[in-house]
Amino acid sequence: MSATIYKDYENTLPKPILDNVKTLCSKYKLSDAKIKKTLEKTKEAYLKAQVEPGESIGIVTAESFGEPSTQMILRVFHFAGASEMNITVGLPRLIEIFDARKEPSTPMMEVYLEKKYATSPSKVKEIAEKIKGNTLEDVASEFLLNIMENKVEIKLSRNKMQELNLNSKDISDIIVNSLKTVSVEQDRDNIILKPESKTNKLSDLYKLKEKSKDIHVSGVKKITQVFPMKINDDEYVIYCSGSNLKEVFEIEGVDSTRTKSNNIFETAAILGIEAARQTIIEETLKVLEEQGLNIDIRHIMLLADTMTRSGGIRGTTRTGITKEKESVLARASFETPIRHLVNASLIGEKDPLSSVVENVMLNQAIPLGTGLPGLMAKMKEKKK
Amino acid sequence: MEYIYKKVKSVEFNLLDPHTIKKMAATKVVTPELYDKEGYPVDGGLMDVHMGVIDPGLRCKSCGGKLKECMGHFGYIDLARPVIHIKYIDVIYNFLRSTCNRCGKILADEEKIKKHRAELEKIKEEGDIIKIAKTVDGFISSIRTTKQCPYCKEKQKTIKFDKPITFYEGDEKLNPNNIRMRFEKISDEDIELLGVNPKYAKPTSMVLTNLPVPPVTVRPSITLETGERSEDDLTHKLGDIVRINQRLFENINAGAPEVIVEDLWDLLQYHIITYFDNGISQVPPARHRSGQLLKTLTERIKSKEGRFRYNLTGKRVNYGSRAVISPDPKIKMNEVGIPLSVAMTLTIPEVVNKWNVDYLKELITNGSRKYPGANYIIRPNGTKRQISEETREQLLEELEEGYIVERHLIDGDISIFNRQPSLHRMSIMCHRIKILPGNSFRLNPAVCNPYNADFDGDEMNLHIPQTEEARAEAETLMEVQHNINSPKHGQNVIGCIEDAISGVYLLTKDMTLTKDEAIQLLISVGVTDFDKFTNFKNNVNGKEVFSALIPDDFDFIDQSKDKKDVIIKKGKLVEGVIDKNTIGEDGGSLIRSLYSVYSEGVGIDIMGKIFRLGIAVLLKIGFTTSISDTDLPEKVKEQIEEILYESEKKAKRYIRQYKNNELTPIRGMTEKETVEVKILEALNKARDDVGKLITKKASDENNPTIIMINSGAKGKSLHMAQMAACVGQQALRGSRIERGYRKRTLSIFEDYDLSPESRGWIRRGYKEGLKPYEYFMHSLTGRDSLMDSALRTPKSGYLYRRLSNALQDLRVEYDGTVRDSNKGIIQFKYGDDGIDISKSESGTINVEKIVKEVANL
Repeated sequence: MSATIYKDYENTLPKPILDNVKTLCSKYKLSDAKIKKTLEKTKEAYLKAQVEPGESIGIVTAESFGEPSTQMILRVFHFAGASEMNITVGLPRLIEIFDARKEPSTPMMEVYLEKKYATSPSKVKEIAEKIKGNTLEDVASEFLLNIMENKVEIKLSRNKMQELNLNSKDISDIIVNSLKTVSVEQDRDNIILKPESKTNKLSDLYKLKEKSKDIHVSGVKKITQVFPMKINDDEYVIYCSGSNLKEVFEIEGVDSTRTKSNNIFETAAILGIEAARQTIIEETLKVLEEQGLNIDIRHIMLLADTMTRSGGIRGTTRTGITKEKESVLARASFETPIRHLVNASLIGEKDPLSSVVENVMLNQAIPLGTGLPGLMAKMKEKKK
Repeated sequence: MEYIYKKVKSVEFNLLDPHTIKKMAATKVVTPELYDKEGYPVDGGLMDVHMGVIDPGLRCKSCGGKLKECMGHFGYIDLARPVIHIKYIDVIYNFLRSTCNRCGKILADEEKIKKHRAELEKIKEEGDIIKIAKTVDGFISSIRTTKQCPYCKEKQKTIKFDKPITFYEGDEKLNPNNIRMRFEKISDEDIELLGVNPKYAKPTSMVLTNLPVPPVTVRPSITLETGERSEDDLTHKLGDIVRINQRLFENINAGAPEVIVEDLWDLLQYHIITYFDNGISQVPPARHRSGQLLKTLTERIKSKEGRFRYNLTGKRVNYGSRAVISPDPKIKMNEVGIPLSVAMTLTIPEVVNKWNVDYLKELITNGSRKYPGANYIIRPNGTKRQISEETREQLLEELEEGYIVERHLIDGDISIFNRQPSLHRMSIMCHRIKILPGNSFRLNPAVCNPYNADFDGDEMNLHIPQTEEARAEAETLMEVQHNINSPKHGQNVIGCIEDAISGVYLLTKDMTLTKDEAIQLLISVGVTDFDKFTNFKNNVNGKEVFSALIPDDFDFIDQSKDKKDVIIKKGKLVEGVIDKNTIGEDGGSLIRSLYSVYSEGVGIDIMGKIFRLGIAVLLKIGFTTSISDTDLPEKVKEQIEEILYESEKKAKRYIRQYKNNELTPIRGMTEKETVEVKILEALNKARDDVGKLITKKASDENNPTIIMINSGAKGKSLHMAQMAACVGQQALRGSRIERGYRKRTLSIFEDYDLSPESRGWIRRGYKEGLKPYEYFMHSLTGRDSLMDSALRTPKSGYLYRRLSNALQDLRVEYDGTVRDSNKGIIQFKYGDDGIDISKSESGTINVEKIVKEVANL
């Protein structure tokens, strides 16, 4: 019975509000008539709270971020919970998100696992080890610079290799593949690198040593640390510093429907622009929550929508959203005015004066709020 | 009042060609001299009166206008030899690279051109300017290496660009004349293919053959106190250009050797570069004789102090005032107290009609010296007359309908009040004028929060809107009561603060007053409804006194700060204590209920009464804090000592374990990091425990500090603990203090001492006093937080500027969609449900309240 009452309001009330009414009405055991009355009142309140046309919603959003950002703490690093992972938080992270930087300063992934893997600690550990990217530095016990003979000697660690199911032959093959113009000799657990070039510069040798340390040997590239953690009763999630969605998805047991990264561009490339939008929203929320700031999610949504609406990700910079503005004057008033004016002159650009700043410049009513509606009046014809 | 019927519809940008420059010029500038012996501008000089006037008394020779009537006219300089326009250097380079040096055609075969043309046309239909520029760039870089012209078969040498302005073809230098000649051969079609519209910008115009001279009014000279004239930087620069240009002419005509001509030509080029931009790298900037950099065209336009951001987007108004602010809890929240001197200087124009003519005549009789009076009258023809002793009689007689009287401000006038930085829309609100004695602006302390103001010397600005439309808009949209709810999070930004909360808290907690006292309190607060007092018995409970402020039909249920129910039934506070949770800022539920049930006006009125009641209660009983508030009973002291001792012992145990290598590190950390984390954890816990203990032990007492903490008026239990017992561990960037000397923090400690006290543990409270080393550690964190806020402000300011620039033209359309200025849809419905956050309750509709209302709970 009561289901039909709700049905009438499905088109007028948004689902979350309607659901809220449903649960509360059943909680207080209201009669049908009273449910109807509640719904009617809710609808009235909902319609009353609608935005008015012409509301300068963009400015409101900018203000809502700008005002609390002055109160944010400029602390860069933070230890997330009991874990040891470093993540950028606060204002720097917020700037990073809004600027749409290609790579976050601390990339991070939350790898969710499929049901049958997520509950067993041993399996989780197994997957975590698969995910962790290892470099030559991780498997080697020593790097030596042999200046006399102009070579780098690497001693591999037996234990570590065993842990990762590797042997010295594999490793030397990997090195051969990734280093060019270097001759590689392998002798049991020792690997010797010799630059083929004739220059015997010490600095080059040193560079070779540093370069060889970063050679990727096993696991997923770019992922430097993994932390399996219990999130609820028996489900484990693997937190990773470093992000590489594409390769992680290929690992068996990873639940690709829930796994996420804090790298917006990577998310957009692999999961699509809607996922990127969601990432922007979630990452922003994370920063705000951590700082104890209360900003309505609608503001974040509006910003995320503006950033992603062209199908790519545009930051709030002169090369992002502002560059795509139609108005020359609006662009010029932001940054690099001369360049915009010069380029406009080349193609004879016309500024249609359709947004805010241009009209402010010309002392005209802006097309927002009370400046939006026009008034038509019949005028008496002037006598000539 | 002047009405503007015309509206600018669009602004077009293009590049002036030499012909237009000549055509729009009023005169030709031929001499670098400015004035003759009498100080009169020289004909053909840079201050020629054909180009406008800046001296009062002179008339423009072009239009006959006087100063301020004539906007000025352009002049021009005929250049002896062509010169490159520095701002178009990249375009010139592109044209040189991609056209043939003999026939001027694009260096690509017909097929390629056809393909490119088709591509361009397709994008042009879409109207994407950025994409056009990109395709053109791609096209140019694909053809610039062509070795031979596909049409005239001429061999092409590579063009080398030597910054800032020189071009070489092979090894040969290309002078502007050569470049111009080459550009003349390029057909309009080809120009278009290279991303330039020949209708608006011809490549030949990028090599200047004449130079427009801006009107004198653009570069006015200043007369110094000594009577000396100081010319504008642009005039200086133009003078240089004219001088060199004339010399170049003379030398060419005299048939001077080519070397000399070349040198002068280069010099002319230099002057014209710095005339356009004095900040080009590799070009030495032009300077004044004093060594100061000249401010030329580019410098005038760009950056914060440039034309765009300083003059065009930043508007200034008259009828403004600025003064120090001070508090006055007795005035209403939507009022602002202004001094009499301000009220008599700022005015409101009032149009005379038959209803107000007598009243306005009275004001004119009072004149400008006596309050309330009037300062000026404006006749319908626009002439303005000052009201003075002499003119008063005559003006009174003259006054009739249609005249405008600029009268003094009176109580209740509309004003706009603002405090910088204006970070959100509540930084500018409309207040009603209240004239008060004194010399500062007065505002109710409850509205400090939206302005982020305090009274340690803050200044605020006031503006009196002058038109009826402006006043109406200010009144209906900007008045304080319409801005209680923040669009940031949907909670009230205006609420009771500090003493008001303490007072109401004490009143509603367990206070009994005599009937006389109660009535006296309420009347002092402004309750005029005497029916409210009829049920008062001889002893009146504080709750009843509070209830007298609430309308009789008001119901309300919520919780107080200590999670106990607060119930108001039929306008009576039945149960619970009123504290910050119900009447405070950011989520004062009683306040939001009041204004959503009745109206914003009623809500703010009741809130004002509650505020004044709280203060009146404190005034009556007396309320103060003193050092003795932080005195603790011996027993509590012992317990605190116990807690501190235990945690220090724990810390020492960790250190011992670490030094003996017995500590198992947390994964991903070194042992050093582990011990640090563990110590920090233990010590922070100690301080929190002390805080909890103190509030628990002292909460029963009648301790003002505790009252303030419990009511939420000011302070947290942490602050109490810091005063009474223990300041706690000082942390720098998330860890204990490690810097200072090598291996130790201060010279009084041993090397590698990890003990709490050597790493910033302050075990004493402020009252007891800090040890010197503790004080030092405390000052470290103090300095760090100062630095932090100093570094943060510009960063967040820039973030805000970028955000507002990116989002400023988004608006809600009549169909409910959110769109940008191109009408592109951003959201189909704002926030998916179209709810205006400032009209919502914390971002949603409060369904629970409605359900409870319907269920009659």
